[in-house]
Amino acid sequence: MNALIGQPVRRREDARLVVGRGQFTDDVQLPGMVYAVMVRSPHAHARIRGIDASRALGMPGVLAVFTGRDLEGVLGSVPTAWIPPNSDLKQTPHRPLAVDTVRYVGDAVAMVVAEDRYVARDAAEAVVVDYEPLPAVADVMAAVAEGAPLVHADAPGNIALHWKAGEVPDEVFARAEVVVRQRFRQQRLIPNPMEPRAAVAQYDSATGHLTVWMTSQNPHIHRFILAGILGIPEHHLRVVAQDVGGGFGSKISCYPDEALVAHAARVLRRPVKWVEDRSEHFTATTHGRDHVQEVELAGRRDGTIEALRVKAWANLGAYLSTAAPGVPTILFGLIVNGCYRIPQASTEVFGVYTHTTPVDAYRGAGRPEATYLIERMIDLFADAIGMDPVEVRRKNFVPRDQFPYTNPFGITYDSGDYERALQRALERIDYAALRREQAALRAQGRYLGIGFSTYVEMCGLGPSEVAGAVGFQGGLWEHATVRVHPSGKVQVFTGASPHGQGEETTFAQIVAEKLGVPFEDIEVVHGDTDRITMGWGTYGSRSLAVGGSALAVACQRLVEKGQRIAAHRLEAAVEDVVFEAGRYQVRGVPDRSLGFQEVALQAHLAWNLPPGVEPGMEASSAYNPSNFTFPFGTHVAVVEVDPATGAVELKRYVAVDDCGTPINPLIIAGQVHGGIVQGVGQALWEGAVYGEDGQLLTTSFLDYAMPKARFFPPIETEATVTPSPHNPLGVKGVGETGTIAATPAVVNAVIDALKPWNVRHLDMPLTPERVWRAIHGKGAQG
Amino acid sequence: MIPERFRYHRARSLDEALDLVAQAPGQARILAGGHSLIPLMKLRLAQPQWVIDVEEVAELRGIREEGEVLHIGAMTRYRELMTDPLVARDAPLLALAARRVGDLQVRNRGTVGGALCHADPAADLPAAALASDAELELRSRRGQRRVALGDFLQGPLTTDLKPDEVLVAIHVPRRPGWGVAYQKFPHPASGYAVVGVAAAIAAESGRVARVCLGVTGVGPRAYRAAASEERLVGTGLDPEVLRAASAVVTDGIAVNHDQFASAEYRRHLAATYAERALAAAWAAIQA
Ligand SMILES: Cc1cc2nc3c(=O)[nH]c(=O)nc-3n(C[C@H](O)[C@H](O)[C@H](O)COP(=O)(O)OP(=O)(O)OC[C@H]3O[C@@H](n4cnc5c(N)ncnc54)[C@H](O)[C@@H]3O)c2cc1C
Repeated sequence: MNALIGQPVRRREDARLVVGRGQFTDDVQLPGMVYAVMVRSPHAHARIRGIDASRALGMPGVLAVFTGRDLEGVLGSVPTAWIPPNSDLKQTPHRPLAVDTVRYVGDAVAMVVAEDRYVARDAAEAVVVDYEPLPAVADVMAAVAEGAPLVHADAPGNIALHWKAGEVPDEVFARAEVVVRQRFRQQRLIPNPMEPRAAVAQYDSATGHLTVWMTSQNPHIHRFILAGILGIPEHHLRVVAQDVGGGFGSKISCYPDEALVAHAARVLRRPVKWVEDRSEHFTATTHGRDHVQEVELAGRRDGTIEALRVKAWANLGAYLSTAAPGVPTILFGLIVNGCYRIPQASTEVFGVYTHTTPVDAYRGAGRPEATYLIERMIDLFADAIGMDPVEVRRKNFVPRDQFPYTNPFGITYDSGDYERALQRALERIDYAALRREQAALRAQGRYLGIGFSTYVEMCGLGPSEVAGAVGFQGGLWEHATVRVHPSGKVQVFTGASPHGQGEETTFAQIVAEKLGVPFEDIEVVHGDTDRITMGWGTYGSRSLAVGGSALAVACQRLVEKGQRIAAHRLEAAVEDVVFEAGRYQVRGVPDRSLGFQEVALQAHLAWNLPPGVEPGMEASSAYNPSNFTFPFGTHVAVVEVDPATGAVELKRYVAVDDCGTPINPLIIAGQVHGGIVQGVGQALWEGAVYGEDGQLLTTSFLDYAMPKARFFPPIETEATVTPSPHNPLGVKGVGETGTIAATPAVVNAVIDALKPWNVRHLDMPLTPERVWRAIHGKGAQG
Repeated sequence: MIPERFRYHRARSLDEALDLVAQAPGQARILAGGHSLIPLMKLRLAQPQWVIDVEEVAELRGIREEGEVLHIGAMTRYRELMTDPLVARDAPLLALAARRVGDLQVRNRGTVGGALCHADPAADLPAAALASDAELELRSRRGQRRVALGDFLQGPLTTDLKPDEVLVAIHVPRRPGWGVAYQKFPHPASGYAVVGVAAAIAAESGRVARVCLGVTGVGPRAYRAAASEERLVGTGLDPEVLRAASAVVTDGIAVNHDQFASAEYRRHLAATYAERALAAAWAAIQA
């Protein structure tokens, strides 16, 4: 058996996905299935005076119309699952269907169930809701202004939470040689996974069991929360997420819709399907980012950074989504110093309610918002002191020999060699030559910009003790079971819930290597609460670091058990048997060995096992990591700006990422590419725009600009390898690095290109008009 | 994303199609490539009771020379415009614009007739067809008429097409030897033209003899920039003339504004793209 860890094995899941044989939620077909459509509010804020469903109910094929009133006392509130300590979190009720008041465009007010989708859709249009529109507020700063309309009566000033970490006294800034201040806007993004949300629910009236197929990144969390909302015992609820077409964080959250569908199935005794359409997705599924940040940096003329102070207002939308309170606090505020040794730092965050779609995790969740601000501040500081931004970075890096490094917020970075990744990137782009080319082109009226992002991020979310300390209402360990059948074939049951990341491949690689079993003999099972003991799911780039480690531990247990059985059968002492490439070998006696799969058969037959060894070949691990992991790297963007139009062209993109020990470089490259594309999307194109009245103005792909392949040059990726000491695989996670790193690299590049016009900063997305206005001194668009 | 209930009919001949639209005037829509009509129906912005598919109507197909003009059937796909040798020789501007439309699927499905009858103010083909002096051949049970594209396009998604009419073909004057260019600034989301400028220039002894400038994305409908054209005829297209002529490309136009581009910026873009298109068309003659 060849070594498989580190090999570019092709994704085995692709064979079924590319020929359309995936089993997505919408592929679930059940006898007697009926369809649900939600009636959603067209107003950002309104009182519901009444709902008249009589016409809809009279339409042939319509089975039921549910309203908020019908569900009072029947369904519980949709809770948030993150309660950061000392944040004075104002948890307000989130009813599955609005009762008196709607609070954002897209807030569900009724659910129609009918025999087919078409009737359901027509009937939804026939439900008449009498709204009394009320003043609304969509912008985060407008929401905290005096006299702003209140989203919830019990959250004064629309403040959902107020959280602080660290403290930097004013004197530090008063005494500093150089102080740089900047206000940043992290615009709101709409995740738009390829597959929108969907749910199918089936109720078994004989047993009281309810099965929900749904688009989930974390079926066990969904089961836990849904059981609460539905008031059904958790062991009677099964959540299945077979193939899931991407989530980017939006399928972590627990929404009302899935609970409503489950409820309808229970009441109607018919399987019910609901599939979000793309238009619906724009308002009904959580958005990401949306901060205003005020940042101050104090430093010395020699480039040393002394202090960083951040104050941020995070738009949380109309209700607290599942992980929402933790994203702009814990996942953002504790890592704003980035990869720099900044002695003093502080973060203060206001989480703000507005009349907009709830905001929750979006690829990177908090860390892109943090990385953007520090990487932009480095460039602004470099500019202020007239130093090359690369030099400023170098000067402030946490040096390689300082790991583990504890940052000013008490977070301990596992391992790193920031200098090496930077050096590799500089060589790859030939930095000196590129700067010369930039100067030469400028003389010809062409404007090249070079931007860096030397990021570090915190992922591999776990351990559970930290989850508790930071108020996450769940554990952050992961479960794995490795079951070796008598024939030697292996099934792996993982609590990670891949939805595009390729764990069916990488996890099989790990098991194949650890057990020395052929890759083809291994199946990875995921996304089913009835088949998998427990799981906390896939987000925060944790699946490999935590779920993969659980697997490695379980495999190790099997190897050890096999070793005892093999020694017994080979009549050797356990210590004299070595396990190599899938065989137990008596040391120094080459012809006395047994393969792992043969040993597994013996374990099952149990004809002759050593004393104290139980029959069977199965092991589990509930792996609780000792810390987060901290991938890092350097990304470089090269752009050209057309001064006549303000158009930005991405000419070159180099990414050097260190995600610890690589399991599959092909999948790493895929994750890095996808992440970068989304990160660049934020920098240049994407942005959800609300009107002052709370109407979402970007409601389709005609006006919300998703990145397209043709916008990109070939992405050049490289890796350095600095294993994490915190897990048995030495892995760090790579699902979010690209998104975290790319955004500031591109914005820094554009601002660099605009040097001749003394442009200090522009907020994203850097649309041609924004850039053109900056060049021509025209001020903001009026 | 589910349309209202509708009935689908596949016409086998032009006569059949004309009968069908005449029977349900205002309630029937011709289905060509479907890449504009179907999305509108799914969003319930269009709710025809009858959809008449003209995929198999032979009279709407084909590209041929008819004396001084090229006859281009309404069902001609973008893809055909891009690859047809007659178009390449006599009306290459249409091929240049077609090349910039949407993506591969859209170019394989979308048709000349659909593009012109849909009259999206940001569509590419109308600019090029205007700059090619295209004339439309319309048929109904009542008879046949010809109308210049400039008169046909009336406003956003609004044309002079009567409820019982079908567009059969367009006729464009054959113009071998003209210099042509299409310059487009695509919207990053939709891919439609924020600004698109089609330029066609005929030269005589180093001077501009005739010039046609079609503009899309800028106003309520694609239009010919007459003010710019006037300033160019008889000149040698030197830089100042070019700039001055381009600067008036939006004269008299109520310029669009949206999330992506203000009117001020769009006006500037139109001038910039007019300049670029004219320069490229001029260079194409020289080459
Ligand atoms: C993803 C996508 C991207 C696109 N990008 C672009 C782009 O970049 N630039 C661009 O210009 N366009 C773009 N389009 C639109 C595309 O060009 C359309 O296909 C085209 O505008 C309409 O042509 P069609 O053949 O699809 O017409 P259909 O959708 O079939 O019809 C459009 C309208 O014209 C009417 N009609 C069609 N043929 C006739 C006829 N012979 N007689 C009378 N009425 C008729 C129909 O009844 C309907 O009202 C895009 C479309 C999509 C889906």
